[in-house]
Amino acid sequence: MMIPTEWIMGLIGGLMIGAAAAMYLLINGRIMGASGILGGIVDATGPTWEKAFFIAGLILAPLGYGLAFGFPATNLTSNPALLIAAGLLVGIGTRMANGCTSGHGVCGISRFSVRGITATVAYLLAGFIAMYVGRHMLGVW
Amino acid sequence: MRGLFALLAGALFGAGLTVSGMTDTAKVQGWLDLFGDWDPTLAFVLGGAILPMLVAWRVAARRERAVLGTAIPAPSEPVIDRRLIVGSALFGVGWAVAGLCPGPAMAVLSYGGGDALLFFGAMAVGMLGNRLFVSPAKAAAT
Repeated sequence: MMIPTEWIMGLIGGLMIGAAAAMYLLINGRIMGASGILGGIVDATGPTWEKAFFIAGLILAPLGYGLAFGFPATNLTSNPALLIAAGLLVGIGTRMANGCTSGHGVCGISRFSVRGITATVAYLLAGFIAMYVGRHMLGVW
Repeated sequence: MRGLFALLAGALFGAGLTVSGMTDTAKVQGWLDLFGDWDPTLAFVLGGAILPMLVAWRVAARRERAVLGTAIPAPSEPVIDRRLIVGSALFGVGWAVAGLCPGPAMAVLSYGGGDALLFFGAMAVGMLGNRLFVSPAKAAAT
């Protein structure tokens, strides 16, 4: 049986994401949560320079990767109304719930955190439903 | 030193997101599209990311402090409140609409053009809006 290359690349990329989270935890003593790191800068809760370094790496590594190997497609919608609505929902929701796919998902599940697992089930269910409604009933995204 | 390792962790995170294909919104929306042309890649990414962290939490449990001296974050109280559920649900809907969550939204900033900037700007406004209008107090860490 052929295993699709995309699945293998997903697993390799995932291991890199997990290694990054492990490094940030064991060396810096911080939870690697993208929404908490950005949100902490945006609303100025706590010291921000360590978070700023993290975000600099997060932005620069894909830039370097793209310059070396070519930029991958984002396939991002160019509909401004959808971009604004989605951005607002992701921003409000992740800060309200205090975590996103990295904090609640990667770091929370691996710690068997009740909050992390609950949040992950909730955003997955909401995502599945929103995808069904938006794509198969309304045809808008 | 803290800044250097934060930069390296961020870079490894960004490279992992790029390699895994999670900066491609079509793959993320494909994962959420259970009743369409379903794409299971995200499960491999999440599973792969959890593996090193299972080891890291076991290592962390044996020591009080991280290498650079910061205390290992305490586990959150297992409190399921409305904010956790409602916030996660709102996030899930926004995730489905554009196929971006906060990490990939930052990973594509340098090459995603005006659309990526618009999403990022709206996300930052949403984060600030939450602090101003929804959860004024600093919430407990995960």
